[in-house]
Amino acid sequence: MTAYARPSDLPDALEILAGGGWRVLAGGTDLYPGAGAALAGDILDISALDELRGITRGAGLRIGAATTWSDLAEADLPPALAGLQAAARLVGGRQVQNAGTIGGNICNASPAADGVPPLLTLDAEVELASARGRRRLPLADYLRGPRQTARAADELLMAVHIPDAALRGQGSFLKLGARAHLVISIAMVALRSVTKGGLVTEIALSIGACGPVARRQPGVERALTGTPLTGLADRLRPEDLILAPIDDIRASAAYRREAAFELTRRALAGGAA
Amino acid sequence: MIGFTLNGQPVTCDAPPGERLSETLRERLGARGTKVGCDAGDCGACTVLIGGRAVCACLTPAARAEGAVIETVEGSTPVLTRLRDAFLRHGAAQCGICTPGMLMAAAELLQRVPRPSSEEAKQALGGVLCRCTGYAKIITAVCDAWRGEGPPDLPVQAPVGVPLPRLDGAAKVAGDVFGADWAPEGALVVKAIRAPHPHAGFTFGDLAAYAARPGIAAVYTAADIPGRNAFSVIPAFADQPAIAASPARFRGECVALVAFEPYTPPDTADFPIRWTPLAALLSSAEAEAPEAPLLHPDRPANRLIEGVVRRGDATAALAAAAHVVEGSFTTAHVEHAYIEPEAGAAWMEGDTLNIRACTQAPYMDRDDTAAILALPVGRVRILPSAVGGGFGSKLDVSLQPLIGLVALKTGRPARMIYSRAESMTSTTKRHPAEMRGRIGCDATGRITAMEFEGRFDTGAYSSWGPTVANRVPVHASGPYHTPTIHARARAVHTHGPVSGAFRGFGVPQAALWQETLYDRLAEKAGLDRLEFRLLNALRDGQLSATGQVMEAAGIAQCLTALRPHWARALAEAQPQGHLRRGVGIASCWYGCGNTGLPNPSTIRIGLTAAGGLVLHQGATDIGQGSNTVIPQIAAQALGLPLTAFRFIGPDTALTPDAGKTSASRQTFVSGRAAQAAGAALRGALLRLVNAGDGAELSINGHFVTVTEGTACHRIDLSTLPTDARGYALSAEETYDPPTRPLDENGQGSPYAIYGYGAQMVELAVDTRLGTVQLVKITAAHDVGRAINPQLITGQIEGGIAQGIGMALMEEYIAGRTDNLHDYLIPTTGDVPPIESLLIEVPDPDGPFGAKGLGEHVLIPTAPAILNAIRHATGAELTRTPALPHRILDAIQRAPR
Repeated sequence: MTAYARPSDLPDALEILAGGGWRVLAGGTDLYPGAGAALAGDILDISALDELRGITRGAGLRIGAATTWSDLAEADLPPALAGLQAAARLVGGRQVQNAGTIGGNICNASPAADGVPPLLTLDAEVELASARGRRRLPLADYLRGPRQTARAADELLMAVHIPDAALRGQGSFLKLGARAHLVISIAMVALRSVTKGGLVTEIALSIGACGPVARRQPGVERALTGTPLTGLADRLRPEDLILAPIDDIRASAAYRREAAFELTRRALAGGAA
Repeated sequence: MIGFTLNGQPVTCDAPPGERLSETLRERLGARGTKVGCDAGDCGACTVLIGGRAVCACLTPAARAEGAVIETVEGSTPVLTRLRDAFLRHGAAQCGICTPGMLMAAAELLQRVPRPSSEEAKQALGGVLCRCTGYAKIITAVCDAWRGEGPPDLPVQAPVGVPLPRLDGAAKVAGDVFGADWAPEGALVVKAIRAPHPHAGFTFGDLAAYAARPGIAAVYTAADIPGRNAFSVIPAFADQPAIAASPARFRGECVALVAFEPYTPPDTADFPIRWTPLAALLSSAEAEAPEAPLLHPDRPANRLIEGVVRRGDATAALAAAAHVVEGSFTTAHVEHAYIEPEAGAAWMEGDTLNIRACTQAPYMDRDDTAAILALPVGRVRILPSAVGGGFGSKLDVSLQPLIGLVALKTGRPARMIYSRAESMTSTTKRHPAEMRGRIGCDATGRITAMEFEGRFDTGAYSSWGPTVANRVPVHASGPYHTPTIHARARAVHTHGPVSGAFRGFGVPQAALWQETLYDRLAEKAGLDRLEFRLLNALRDGQLSATGQVMEAAGIAQCLTALRPHWARALAEAQPQGHLRRGVGIASCWYGCGNTGLPNPSTIRIGLTAAGGLVLHQGATDIGQGSNTVIPQIAAQALGLPLTAFRFIGPDTALTPDAGKTSASRQTFVSGRAAQAAGAALRGALLRLVNAGDGAELSINGHFVTVTEGTACHRIDLSTLPTDARGYALSAEETYDPPTRPLDENGQGSPYAIYGYGAQMVELAVDTRLGTVQLVKITAAHDVGRAINPQLITGQIEGGIAQGIGMALMEEYIAGRTDNLHDYLIPTTGDVPPIESLLIEVPDPDGPFGAKGLGEHVLIPTAPAILNAIRHATGAELTRTPALPHRILDAIQRAPR
């Protein structure tokens, strides 16, 4: 007989997790596919934990791990999060957006996770809790590879934190797939930029689905920071992109390189894909 | 115990907390209006509202229902009622399997946005897949629901030509009863053990011990099949075992059955079987290699069959041609991807095995199942369930012999529901084709010759391979006069998925080859692409490639109807930066019915002594609309209103054989039988009172009134003797299309009727990403007589959507894309506006002049898209699907 726990109290949840062997269930959009009539194994359902839900302002912005894509899309957020909100509207269909959570997207650690590139441009940190205590680490360090994260088995992803500094500027997100809705990305680009007096004073760029994990593009960021907004896209050089794409059923690696370059150019130009 | 509010009523159940809410609703609460298409959140069929929010019930743990307010399609909120009425009015439900999910997703939208724009509706419904409609009528219905216009009316008299809402629509918008939605109480749950390799030997462990486990009622293998363990849709080729003995010849082949007691988790993970993977032939080239082992020892070179059409000396004519084009084209396995995975139930009733399952061919199911189970056909009764899409794949038996075997052997009812992966791996696909050849024309652009060779990967078993091999050469020319031709198509066995029937039987593949080449030929001849096609369009009195004299050929009319659209589109196709606009065109023709073989339909109409008017209609409606079209034809021929009819069937015990729903034959063949039956019954009534044919009939209680001018006769049905079927008067008529079989050169008159069409695609290609944005598709189809214009435009829109998928995204790879997130089919956002132009060139053999349409509509779409891409960019694609990376590659290789 498998166990199913749906605590409403965080210490209870962490104590359960400390027992070992539990699968954490948030929106269910990644856990249920492939399951039988019911989920296998011992399930910790975190949907009743209030602390995991919602978006709060304090020192920076805290997005509860169980915040759904719909909640994110509908929230009134600074323009820096426009890319994350655009991604929220492109994850699956409306049904998946109503159930799927940002924390689940991160913990599932798909190379094509739509939430990750925008979060990377927001210098996001993840907050983990366990019966042993809490810790925070950069999202870029948390994601270790396809389906691999730094989460210990007894830890629960509590929230994503965005520092004040990263709430500046304008965010955007471009996703490329072979159909309009419900599509796994071939490539995606997230950008956050701050401009002042015709110059780009800050730029954060990340690319997803073109490597084992989405990653920031420091070469591009270095090359373009401090340069004029005019002609920004034209100064993008392919050699500045760090990509490790693969051939798969959705596209060839060579195509992904070209598409990533083109999407980045468009993001820089402020155009739509 | 979990308690919640379901459609306004408090309910409780003891579901395990981690159970899918879809399972809880359907199996514990009996609310089977909510459908399950994928169990992965990929199709949205199970959409329900929780607290007003649309979610996939299949991804929701039952625990989360606790205390929640849940709405499903069984609800009757004002919003749902308005939506249902709008769906009926606009013909938004075809097969009906996606309808509950569409309605619920739309209900969420309308609560947020009472009068949504079409863009908002497309966005909100983007998470629900529909394989039938092409979405247009659904979006229209959602945007129009606010009007609250109520349900549509039925016209009283003369229904032919009227855009009637489908007669079976009310059930569809309520959540129809499909194969998975009904089973006798206590039915055993049957699971198949399937091959995990494309070719593998296997041995069983201790089956007896496994079968003795608690919760397991029985285990069956090939050794338990009492009859002939081989079936095929064409009896002469019967080669596919219902349960395979070692070795298994394709991934997903059934090798054993386990029947579980109800409410036992049907887990087959440790079924005792040991697999030995064997070398597999995965392509036609490997299968035709000189030393390749044979899948079937009696089929040398792994060749199932070759079809040929030869007329005149094509080689010589090509040598003499002013212009010649040569090219090749390759297509992928394409999956039908109906949203309803195969499902059904079987039970014994006395001596008779009853099987209620989704199917396109009840009588073929009966005959195959009876042979496999060694029963006389009279002891097998097939009662088709509502069918959640078929498109050709539900012509072959799937689970019928499996659940039949369990019910027969155990004497207990049995049910089976395929998972999405099981449906995709084990059932048939569209044949992958490798095609090449040459086409020539004279200096004026008139086609003089064609050589065509096609190799079709038919997979492990015959299925419809012979039909594809025979149909393709007949249609290889397209609807163009081609005086000399040598066309060959062969079906080759591999260890791939079984390729069978899929909307067009190989003709859509051949059209990709021929129609893309015709664009190049038109260019060489210096002709506009539409005018080139019009110049060569088959006309009445000309001979087809098989030497058949054409009559009622409507292709020229279709092309002519497109002319003004073509001129406008060409003028509008201006490049905008990296977005290049293009316009493409392609035509189709398609013979309705079996290729040079008999394929009769029989329809019965009866009048009871009490005045009941009953139509026995055995044509299965898989969404295309025969439940509406056949009654329209019958009512028109009889001269009594549709509202007077009661409809029975299909059911092999109650309806005469109306053949299979395939080959675009039901409106034509069953329609002709219905017309004849209606006319015969009318004749019998008129004769009773010596009235002339112009008389009007009406029915009131047990009286039929015949009015002729001022004369009025009453027939009292209750005074007439009743026949063996209990009717005071009845008529049963059979129609078999007049055809002439093909000879050894493929010469003959294989079809009594051809339908024609031409489609024009406007699109924009992003030349830096290789993506395609479809702008508009204009479709002109010659339907002979539009019996029901609403159903026809529904077929056109749905066929085009499948053509879009075939052109741009669909590729089935066994073991890799056997789900609906890796196997992509078009969503609401992928189908552009479609303008249908209905052309009516009546066929003397069609009922009221009508021709078939179901398959035609898919054929021109993909080549028209590729032709538009080439027009936009110069990119010549010779392989589908044209995924973005392939298009970009072709753009970069393009001559300009």
